[in-house]
Amino acid sequence: MIVAKLIDTTLCIGCKACEVACQEWNDQEYTLGTFNGSYQTMPDLAHNFWNLIRFNEVERNGAQSWVMSKYQCMHCAEAGCIAACPAPGAITQMANGTVDFVHENCIGCGYCITGCPFDVPRLSPATKKVYKCSLCSDRTAVGLEPACIKTCPTNCLTFGERDELLRSAEIRTRELKADGHAQAGIYNPAGVGGTNVIYVLNDATQPEQYGLPKDPEIPWTVRLWKGPLKALGAMVFMGSILGAFFHYVIFGPQDPEKHGHPEEEPTHEA
Amino acid sequence: MSKNSSRRDFITRSAATGASTAATLTGAPAENASAAHIAPLKTANTTKYTSICPYCAVGCSVNIHTLGDKARNVRSAIVHIEGDPESPINRGTLCPKGASLEEFVQSDRRLTKVRYRAPGAREWTDLSWEEAFGKMAARIKASRDAGFEEKDAEGRTVNRLENVAMIGGCTDTNEINYLLGKFRFGLGILAYENQSRL
Repeated sequence: MIVAKLIDTTLCIGCKACEVACQEWNDQEYTLGTFNGSYQTMPDLAHNFWNLIRFNEVERNGAQSWVMSKYQCMHCAEAGCIAACPAPGAITQMANGTVDFVHENCIGCGYCITGCPFDVPRLSPATKKVYKCSLCSDRTAVGLEPACIKTCPTNCLTFGERDELLRSAEIRTRELKADGHAQAGIYNPAGVGGTNVIYVLNDATQPEQYGLPKDPEIPWTVRLWKGPLKALGAMVFMGSILGAFFHYVIFGPQDPEKHGHPEEEPTHEA
Repeated sequence: MSKNSSRRDFITRSAATGASTAATLTGAPAENASAAHIAPLKTANTTKYTSICPYCAVGCSVNIHTLGDKARNVRSAIVHIEGDPESPINRGTLCPKGASLEEFVQSDRRLTKVRYRAPGAREWTDLSWEEAFGKMAARIKASRDAGFEEKDAEGRTVNRLENVAMIGGCTDTNEINYLLGKFRFGLGILAYENQSRL
Protein backbone atom coordinates (compact mmCIF):
# COMPACT_ATOMS: atom_id res chain seq x y z
CA MET A 1 0.00 0.00 0.00
CA ILE A 2 1.41 3.37 -1.03
CA VAL A 3 0.76 6.01 1.61
CA ALA A 4 0.55 9.72 0.99
CA LYS A 5 0.00 13.09 2.54
CA LEU A 6 -2.72 15.37 1.22
CA ILE A 7 -2.24 19.09 1.75
CA ASP A 8 -5.36 21.12 1.10
CA THR A 9 -3.82 24.58 0.89
CA THR A 10 -7.26 26.16 0.88
CA LEU A 11 -7.73 25.08 4.50
CA CYS A 12 -4.31 26.15 5.80
CA ILE A 13 -4.53 29.05 8.24
CA GLY A 14 -0.75 29.36 8.65
CA CYS A 15 -0.75 28.41 12.33
CA LYS A 16 2.51 26.43 11.93
CA ALA A 17 1.45 23.71 14.38
CA CYS A 18 2.86 21.16 11.90
CA GLU A 19 6.26 22.86 12.06
CA VAL A 20 6.31 22.71 15.85
CA ALA A 21 5.06 19.12 15.97
CA CYS A 22 7.75 18.09 13.48
CA GLN A 23 10.49 19.79 15.51
CA GLU A 24 9.21 18.27 18.74
CA TRP A 25 8.77 14.71 17.51
CA ASN A 26 12.13 14.64 15.74
CA ASP A 27 13.93 16.29 18.69
CA GLN A 28 15.40 19.01 16.54
CA GLU A 29 17.61 21.57 18.15
CA TYR A 30 16.50 25.16 18.46
CA THR A 31 17.83 27.69 15.96
CA LEU A 32 17.43 31.41 16.41
CA GLY A 33 16.10 33.07 13.27
CA THR A 34 16.01 36.68 12.20
CA PHE A 35 12.94 38.73 11.47
CA ASN A 36 12.90 39.69 7.83
CA GLY A 37 9.47 41.18 7.40
CA SER A 38 7.54 37.96 6.92
CA TYR A 39 5.42 35.82 9.19
CA GLN A 40 7.30 32.79 7.90
CA THR A 41 9.18 31.02 10.69
CA MET A 42 12.43 30.53 8.82
CA PRO A 43 13.58 31.81 5.43
CA ASP A 44 14.24 28.26 4.23
CA LEU A 45 14.40 24.61 5.19
CA ALA A 46 17.46 23.50 7.17
CA HIS A 47 19.13 20.26 8.18
CA ASN A 48 17.31 20.59 11.49
CA PHE A 49 14.12 22.14 10.11
CA TRP A 50 12.28 19.81 7.78
CA ASN A 51 8.89 21.38 7.42
CA LEU A 52 8.25 25.00 6.57
CA ILE A 53 4.99 26.81 5.97
CA ARG A 54 5.70 29.34 3.26
CA PHE A 55 3.77 32.58 3.47
CA ASN A 56 3.66 33.59 -0.16
CA GLU A 57 2.47 37.10 -0.94
CA VAL A 58 1.26 37.03 -4.53
CA GLU A 59 -0.92 39.07 -6.79
CA ARG A 60 -4.07 37.54 -8.17
CA ASN A 61 -6.61 39.28 -10.36
CA GLY A 62 -5.09 42.59 -9.38
CA ALA A 63 -5.47 41.97 -5.65
CA GLN A 64 -2.91 41.03 -3.06
CA SER A 65 -3.29 37.43 -1.96
CA TRP A 66 -1.59 35.56 0.87
CA VAL A 67 -1.25 31.87 0.10
CA MET A 68 0.27 29.40 2.53
CA SER A 69 1.93 26.23 1.41
CA LYS A 70 3.71 23.48 3.23
CA TYR A 71 7.26 22.93 2.08
CA GLN A 72 8.86 19.57 2.82
CA CYS A 73 10.07 16.39 1.11
CA MET A 74 7.60 15.36 -1.59
CA HIS A 75 8.44 11.62 -1.39
CA CYS A 76 8.45 11.31 -5.19
CA ALA A 77 7.62 7.99 -6.82
CA GLU A 78 10.72 8.41 -9.02
CA ALA A 79 12.91 10.29 -6.61
CA GLY A 80 15.72 12.46 -7.93
CA CYS A 81 17.72 12.01 -4.73
CA ILE A 82 17.76 8.23 -5.14
CA ALA A 83 18.76 8.60 -8.79
CA ALA A 84 21.66 10.84 -7.81
CA CYS A 85 22.86 9.01 -4.70
CA PRO A 86 26.18 7.14 -5.18
CA ALA A 87 26.25 5.50 -1.72
CA PRO A 88 24.54 2.07 -1.68
CA GLY A 89 21.68 2.01 0.80
CA ALA A 90 21.95 5.66 1.86
CA ILE A 91 18.53 6.56 0.43
CA THR A 92 15.83 3.96 0.38
CA GLN A 93 12.33 3.88 -0.96
CA MET A 94 10.25 1.85 1.42
CA ALA A 95 7.46 -0.47 0.33
CA ASN A 96 4.90 2.18 1.28
CA GLY A 97 6.52 4.76 -1.00
CA THR A 98 8.34 6.74 1.69
CA VAL A 99 11.74 8.04 0.60
CA ASP A 100 13.95 7.80 3.66
CA PHE A 101 17.60 8.63 4.30
CA VAL A 102 19.69 6.01 6.11
CA HIS A 103 22.27 8.19 7.77
CA GLU A 104 24.80 5.50 8.65
CA ASN A 105 25.24 4.87 4.92
CA CYS A 106 25.31 8.53 3.91
CA ILE A 107 28.72 9.73 2.73
CA GLY A 108 27.73 13.40 2.72
CA CYS A 109 28.53 14.04 -0.94
CA GLY A 110 25.41 16.16 -1.37
CA TYR A 111 24.54 14.76 -4.82
CA CYS A 112 20.94 14.27 -3.65
CA ILE A 113 20.70 18.04 -3.21
CA THR A 114 21.53 18.41 -6.92
CA GLY A 115 19.18 15.60 -7.87
CA CYS A 116 16.14 16.91 -5.99
CA PRO A 117 13.84 18.96 -8.25
CA PHE A 118 12.14 20.43 -5.17
CA ASP A 119 15.37 21.57 -3.44
CA VAL A 120 14.63 19.76 -0.19
CA PRO A 121 17.65 17.87 1.27
CA ARG A 122 19.99 19.92 3.43
CA LEU A 123 23.57 19.16 4.48
CA SER A 124 24.35 19.44 8.17
CA PRO A 125 27.60 21.32 8.74
CA ALA A 126 28.14 19.39 11.98
CA THR A 127 27.64 15.77 10.90
CA LYS A 128 28.34 16.32 7.17
CA LYS A 129 25.27 14.24 6.35
CA VAL A 130 22.09 15.16 4.57
CA TYR A 131 18.73 15.42 6.31
CA LYS A 132 15.10 15.83 5.30
CA CYS A 133 11.55 14.86 6.23
CA SER A 134 11.27 11.09 6.80
CA LEU A 135 7.46 11.10 6.65
CA CYS A 136 7.91 10.06 10.32
CA SER A 137 8.90 6.56 9.19
CA ASP A 138 9.19 5.57 12.86
CA ARG A 139 5.54 6.52 13.40
CA THR A 140 4.12 5.16 10.16
CA ALA A 141 5.93 1.84 10.75
CA VAL A 142 3.71 1.23 13.79
CA GLY A 143 0.53 2.58 12.21
CA LEU A 144 0.62 6.12 13.55
CA GLU A 145 0.24 9.10 11.24
CA PRO A 146 3.14 11.56 10.85
CA ALA A 147 3.44 14.20 13.58
CA CYS A 148 2.47 17.11 11.31
CA ILE A 149 -0.71 15.32 10.19
CA LYS A 150 -1.79 14.49 13.71
CA THR A 151 -1.50 18.01 15.05
CA CYS A 152 -3.12 19.94 12.16
CA PRO A 153 -6.11 21.71 13.75
CA THR A 154 -7.90 22.64 10.52
CA ASN A 155 -7.88 19.23 8.81
CA CYS A 156 -5.76 20.74 6.07
CA LEU A 157 -3.39 17.77 6.30
CA THR A 158 -4.55 14.20 5.91
CA PHE A 159 -2.63 10.96 5.67
CA GLY A 160 -3.64 7.64 4.21
CA GLU A 161 -3.71 5.42 1.19
CA ARG A 162 -2.57 7.33 -1.86
CA ASP A 163 -5.41 6.36 -4.22
CA GLU A 164 -8.01 7.22 -1.63
CA LEU A 165 -6.43 10.62 -0.99
CA LEU A 166 -6.34 11.32 -4.71
CA ARG A 167 -10.06 10.60 -4.87
CA SER A 168 -10.79 12.95 -1.98
CA ALA A 169 -8.55 15.57 -3.60
CA GLU A 170 -10.68 15.31 -6.73
CA ILE A 171 -13.87 15.72 -4.70
CA ARG A 172 -12.38 18.76 -2.99
CA THR A 173 -11.36 20.24 -6.34
CA ARG A 174 -14.92 19.86 -7.63
CA GLU A 175 -16.19 21.61 -4.50
CA LEU A 176 -13.76 24.46 -5.01
CA LYS A 177 -14.75 24.80 -8.66
CA ALA A 178 -18.41 24.90 -7.67
CA ASP A 179 -17.49 27.66 -5.19
CA GLY A 180 -16.11 29.78 -8.00
CA HIS A 181 -12.42 28.82 -7.95
CA ALA A 182 -12.32 27.83 -11.59
CA GLN A 183 -8.55 27.24 -11.57
CA ALA A 184 -8.63 24.82 -8.63
CA GLY A 185 -6.73 21.61 -9.13
CA ILE A 186 -4.42 18.93 -7.81
CA TYR A 187 -0.63 19.18 -7.74
CA ASN A 188 0.81 15.72 -8.36
CA PRO A 189 3.54 16.31 -10.95
CA ALA A 190 4.08 13.58 -13.53
CA GLY A 191 7.71 14.53 -14.17
CA VAL A 192 8.79 12.64 -11.06
CA GLY A 193 6.24 9.86 -11.45
CA GLY A 194 3.80 11.56 -9.11
CA THR A 195 4.50 12.58 -5.55
CA ASN A 196 3.37 11.02 -2.31
CA VAL A 197 2.70 14.51 -1.03
CA ILE A 198 -0.31 15.78 -2.95
CA TYR A 199 -1.57 19.35 -2.90
CA VAL A 200 -4.98 20.82 -3.58
CA LEU A 201 -4.39 24.34 -4.89
CA ASN A 202 -7.07 26.89 -5.56
CA ASP A 203 -5.05 28.05 -8.55
CA ALA A 204 -3.37 24.99 -10.02
CA THR A 205 -2.34 26.84 -13.17
CA GLN A 206 0.32 28.76 -11.21
CA PRO A 207 1.97 26.38 -8.74
CA GLU A 208 4.96 28.78 -8.61
CA GLN A 209 2.81 31.06 -6.47
CA TYR A 210 2.90 28.34 -3.84
CA GLY A 211 6.64 27.86 -4.23
CA LEU A 212 6.13 24.62 -6.17
CA PRO A 213 7.94 24.07 -9.49
CA LYS A 214 5.59 23.85 -12.47
CA ASP A 215 7.10 20.80 -14.18
CA PRO A 216 9.66 19.27 -11.82
CA GLU A 217 12.07 16.85 -13.47
CA ILE A 218 15.15 15.01 -12.36
CA PRO A 219 18.04 17.07 -13.80
CA TRP A 220 19.32 15.63 -17.12
CA THR A 221 22.89 15.80 -15.79
CA VAL A 222 21.94 13.36 -13.04
CA ARG A 223 20.15 11.07 -15.50
CA LEU A 224 23.18 11.09 -17.84
CA TRP A 225 25.70 10.63 -15.04
CA LYS A 226 23.83 7.79 -13.37
CA GLY A 227 22.63 6.22 -16.64
CA PRO A 228 24.74 5.84 -19.82
CA LEU A 229 27.89 7.39 -18.33
CA LYS A 230 27.80 5.06 -15.35
CA ALA A 231 27.51 1.96 -17.55
CA LEU A 232 30.25 3.29 -19.83
CA GLY A 233 32.49 3.97 -16.83
CA ALA A 234 31.89 0.49 -15.47
CA MET A 235 32.76 -1.01 -18.85
CA VAL A 236 36.00 0.99 -19.04
CA PHE A 237 36.85 -0.02 -15.47
CA MET A 238 36.20 -3.71 -16.09
CA GLY A 239 37.99 -3.50 -19.42
CA SER A 240 41.13 -2.06 -17.87
CA ILE A 241 41.20 -4.80 -15.22
CA LEU A 242 40.71 -7.48 -17.87
CA GLY A 243 43.33 -5.80 -20.06
CA ALA A 244 45.86 -5.81 -17.22
CA PHE A 245 45.08 -9.46 -16.54
CA PHE A 246 45.51 -10.56 -20.17
CA HIS A 247 48.61 -8.43 -20.51
CA TYR A 248 50.08 -10.32 -17.57
CA VAL A 249 49.04 -13.70 -19.00
CA ILE A 250 50.32 -12.96 -22.49
CA PHE A 251 53.45 -10.91 -21.82
CA GLY A 252 54.25 -11.86 -18.22
CA PRO A 253 55.70 -9.57 -15.57
CA GLN A 254 57.99 -6.73 -16.39
CA ASP A 255 61.61 -7.87 -16.48
CA PRO A 256 63.90 -5.43 -14.68
CA GLU A 257 67.00 -7.06 -16.25
CA LYS A 258 65.64 -6.38 -19.71
CA HIS A 259 64.35 -2.83 -19.25
CA GLY A 260 66.83 -1.76 -16.68
CA HIS A 261 66.55 0.47 -13.65
CA PRO A 262 69.24 3.10 -14.02
CA GLU A 263 68.89 4.45 -10.47
CA GLU A 264 69.51 1.01 -8.98
CA GLU A 265 72.57 0.22 -11.03
CA PRO A 266 75.78 0.73 -9.09
CA THR A 267 78.25 3.13 -10.58
CA HIS A 268 81.82 1.95 -10.97
CA GLU A 269 83.48 5.17 -11.72
CA ALA A 270 86.89 5.52 -10.22
CA MET B 1 36.51 -15.83 8.56
CA SER B 2 37.56 -18.98 10.35
CA LYS B 3 41.16 -20.06 10.40
CA ASN B 4 40.31 -23.33 8.70
CA SER B 5 38.54 -21.89 5.71
CA SER B 6 39.68 -23.67 2.63
CA ARG B 7 41.08 -22.27 -0.53
CA ARG B 8 37.81 -23.16 -2.25
CA ASP B 9 35.79 -21.08 0.29
CA PHE B 10 38.11 -18.18 -0.25
CA ILE B 11 37.67 -18.29 -4.00
CA THR B 12 33.87 -18.62 -3.71
CA ARG B 13 33.70 -15.62 -1.41
CA SER B 14 35.96 -13.55 -3.60
CA ALA B 15 33.83 -14.35 -6.61
CA ALA B 16 30.62 -13.41 -4.78
CA THR B 17 32.13 -10.10 -3.67
CA GLY B 18 33.32 -9.41 -7.17
CA ALA B 19 29.91 -10.19 -8.66
CA SER B 20 28.08 -7.89 -6.26
CA THR B 21 30.61 -5.12 -6.91
CA ALA B 22 30.08 -5.54 -10.63
CA ALA B 23 26.30 -5.47 -10.18
CA THR B 24 26.52 -2.23 -8.22
CA LEU B 25 28.81 -0.62 -10.75
CA THR B 26 26.68 -1.53 -13.72
CA GLY B 27 23.61 0.03 -12.17
CA ALA B 28 21.70 -3.08 -11.13
CA PRO B 29 19.00 -1.94 -8.68
CA ALA B 30 20.12 -2.17 -5.09
CA GLU B 31 17.84 -4.17 -2.87
CA ASN B 32 15.58 -2.02 -0.73
CA ALA B 33 16.98 -1.57 2.73
CA SER B 34 14.94 -3.41 5.30
CA ALA B 35 13.02 -1.59 7.96
CA ALA B 36 16.02 -1.98 10.26
CA HIS B 37 17.11 1.61 9.67
CA ILE B 38 13.87 3.04 11.02
CA ALA B 39 14.39 4.75 14.35
CA PRO B 40 12.70 3.04 17.31
CA LEU B 41 9.45 4.72 18.28
CA LYS B 42 10.11 7.39 20.90
CA THR B 43 6.97 6.52 22.79
CA ALA B 44 7.32 2.74 22.68
CA ASN B 45 8.14 2.27 26.38
CA THR B 46 6.57 5.35 27.88
CA THR B 47 3.85 5.77 30.45
CA LYS B 48 0.97 7.85 29.10
CA TYR B 49 -0.74 10.43 31.28
CA THR B 50 -3.70 12.52 30.23
CA SER B 51 -3.69 16.21 30.95
CA ILE B 52 -5.08 19.50 29.70
CA CYS B 53 -3.11 22.07 27.75
CA PRO B 54 -2.52 25.02 30.08
CA TYR B 55 -2.71 27.75 27.46
CA CYS B 56 -6.00 29.18 26.21
CA ALA B 57 -9.58 28.62 27.26
CA VAL B 58 -10.28 25.96 24.63
CA GLY B 59 -8.85 23.32 26.97
CA CYS B 60 -7.43 20.74 24.58
CA SER B 61 -6.56 17.36 26.07
CA VAL B 62 -3.00 16.13 25.72
CA ASN B 63 -1.23 12.84 26.28
CA ILE B 64 2.03 13.20 28.17
CA HIS B 65 4.50 10.40 27.50
CA THR B 66 7.08 9.92 30.24
CA LEU B 67 10.02 7.59 30.60
CA GLY B 68 10.92 6.14 33.97
CA ASP B 69 8.73 3.91 36.13
CA LYS B 70 8.61 6.19 39.18
CA ALA B 71 10.97 3.90 41.11
CA ARG B 72 12.57 5.54 44.13
CA ASN B 73 15.89 6.14 42.42
CA VAL B 74 14.52 7.04 39.00
CA ARG B 75 13.67 10.49 37.83
CA SER B 76 10.95 10.51 35.16
CA ALA B 77 11.42 12.56 32.04
CA ILE B 78 8.83 13.74 29.57
CA VAL B 79 9.78 12.56 26.10
CA HIS B 80 6.77 13.64 24.12
CA ILE B 81 3.44 15.44 24.40
CA GLU B 82 0.74 15.23 21.75
CA GLY B 83 -2.99 15.70 21.42
CA ASP B 84 -5.38 13.22 22.99
CA PRO B 85 -7.60 11.76 20.26
CA GLU B 86 -10.22 10.80 22.83
CA SER B 87 -10.97 14.40 23.65
CA PRO B 88 -14.09 15.70 21.88
CA ILE B 89 -12.58 19.20 22.03
CA ASN B 90 -9.45 18.76 19.95
CA ARG B 91 -9.70 15.13 18.78
CA GLY B 92 -5.92 14.70 18.84
CA THR B 93 -4.97 17.97 17.21
CA LEU B 94 -3.04 20.80 18.80
CA CYS B 95 -2.14 24.35 17.87
CA PRO B 96 1.54 25.38 17.67
CA LYS B 97 1.61 26.41 21.31
CA GLY B 98 0.06 23.15 22.42
CA ALA B 99 2.41 21.19 20.17
CA SER B 100 5.38 22.79 21.92
CA LEU B 101 4.32 21.75 25.43
CA GLU B 102 7.28 19.42 25.91
CA GLU B 103 9.55 22.44 25.68
CA PHE B 104 7.27 24.38 27.99
CA VAL B 105 7.92 21.78 30.68
CA GLN B 106 11.58 21.05 30.26
CA SER B 107 13.35 23.39 27.90
CA ASP B 108 16.78 24.51 29.04
CA ARG B 109 15.84 27.95 27.73
CA ARG B 110 13.13 28.40 30.36
CA LEU B 111 13.65 31.27 32.75
CA THR B 112 14.37 29.92 36.21
CA LYS B 113 15.48 33.20 37.80
CA VAL B 114 13.85 36.55 38.32
CA ARG B 115 14.96 39.03 35.67
CA TYR B 116 14.87 42.74 36.40
CA ARG B 117 15.28 45.79 34.21
CA ALA B 118 15.60 48.94 36.27
CA PRO B 119 13.72 52.04 35.07
CA GLY B 120 15.72 53.58 32.23
CA ALA B 121 18.22 50.72 32.09
CA ARG B 122 19.06 48.85 28.90
CA GLU B 123 20.20 45.64 30.49
CA TRP B 124 18.35 42.93 32.34
CA THR B 125 19.90 41.70 35.57
CA ASP B 126 19.27 38.71 37.80
CA LEU B 127 17.49 39.27 41.07
CA SER B 128 16.99 36.93 44.00
CA TRP B 129 13.42 36.10 44.96
CA GLU B 130 13.85 38.01 48.27
CA GLU B 131 14.93 41.16 46.49
CA ALA B 132 12.15 40.80 43.94
CA PHE B 133 9.44 40.32 46.57
CA GLY B 134 10.87 43.28 48.51
CA LYS B 135 10.76 45.55 45.47
CA MET B 136 7.25 44.46 44.49
CA ALA B 137 5.91 44.90 48.02
CA ALA B 138 7.46 48.35 48.35
CA ARG B 139 6.01 49.50 45.02
CA ILE B 140 2.55 48.10 45.66
CA LYS B 141 2.56 49.70 49.09
CA ALA B 142 3.62 53.09 47.70
CA SER B 143 1.02 53.00 44.91
CA ARG B 144 -1.71 51.83 47.23
CA ASP B 145 -0.94 54.53 49.82
CA ALA B 146 -1.07 57.12 47.07
CA GLY B 147 -4.18 55.91 45.28
CA PHE B 148 -6.49 54.06 47.68
CA GLU B 149 -10.00 55.48 47.78
CA GLU B 150 -12.10 54.68 50.78
CA LYS B 151 -15.09 56.80 49.81
CA ASP B 152 -16.06 58.24 46.47
CA ALA B 153 -17.06 61.83 45.74
CA GLU B 154 -20.61 61.21 46.92
CA GLY B 155 -19.45 59.75 50.21
CA ARG B 156 -20.22 56.09 49.44
CA THR B 157 -17.79 53.47 50.75
CA VAL B 158 -15.91 51.96 47.77
CA ASN B 159 -12.52 50.81 49.18
CA ARG B 160 -11.03 50.68 45.73
CA LEU B 161 -7.58 50.97 44.20
CA GLU B 162 -7.61 52.31 40.68
CA ASN B 163 -3.92 53.00 40.05
CA VAL B 164 -2.81 49.36 40.14
CA ALA B 165 -3.78 46.71 37.60
CA MET B 166 -3.23 42.99 37.72
CA ILE B 167 -2.64 40.63 34.87
CA GLY B 168 -2.85 36.84 35.06
CA GLY B 169 -1.54 34.25 32.66
CA CYS B 170 -3.33 31.24 31.31
CA THR B 171 -0.62 28.87 32.56
CA ASP B 172 -1.45 29.76 36.15
CA THR B 173 -3.05 26.89 38.01
CA ASN B 174 -6.41 27.03 39.79
CA GLU B 175 -4.65 27.45 43.11
CA ILE B 176 -2.56 30.37 41.91
CA ASN B 177 -5.64 31.99 40.41
CA TYR B 178 -7.54 31.58 43.70
CA LEU B 179 -4.70 33.28 45.57
CA LEU B 180 -4.42 36.01 42.93
CA GLY B 181 -8.14 36.65 43.35
CA LYS B 182 -7.82 36.90 47.13
CA PHE B 183 -4.84 39.19 46.78
CA ARG B 184 -6.68 41.43 44.36
CA PHE B 185 -9.80 41.72 46.52
CA GLY B 186 -7.59 42.40 49.53
CA LEU B 187 -5.93 45.33 47.82
CA GLY B 188 -9.10 46.57 46.15
CA ILE B 189 -7.75 46.30 42.59
CA LEU B 190 -10.44 46.70 39.95
CA ALA B 191 -8.46 46.30 36.73
CA TYR B 192 -7.91 42.59 36.37
CA GLU B 193 -7.12 40.87 33.11
CA ASN B 194 -6.09 37.45 31.93
CA GLN B 195 -3.74 37.05 29.00
CA SER B 196 -4.16 33.69 27.42
CA ARG B 197 -1.03 34.05 25.35
CA LEU B 198 1.39 34.46 28.27
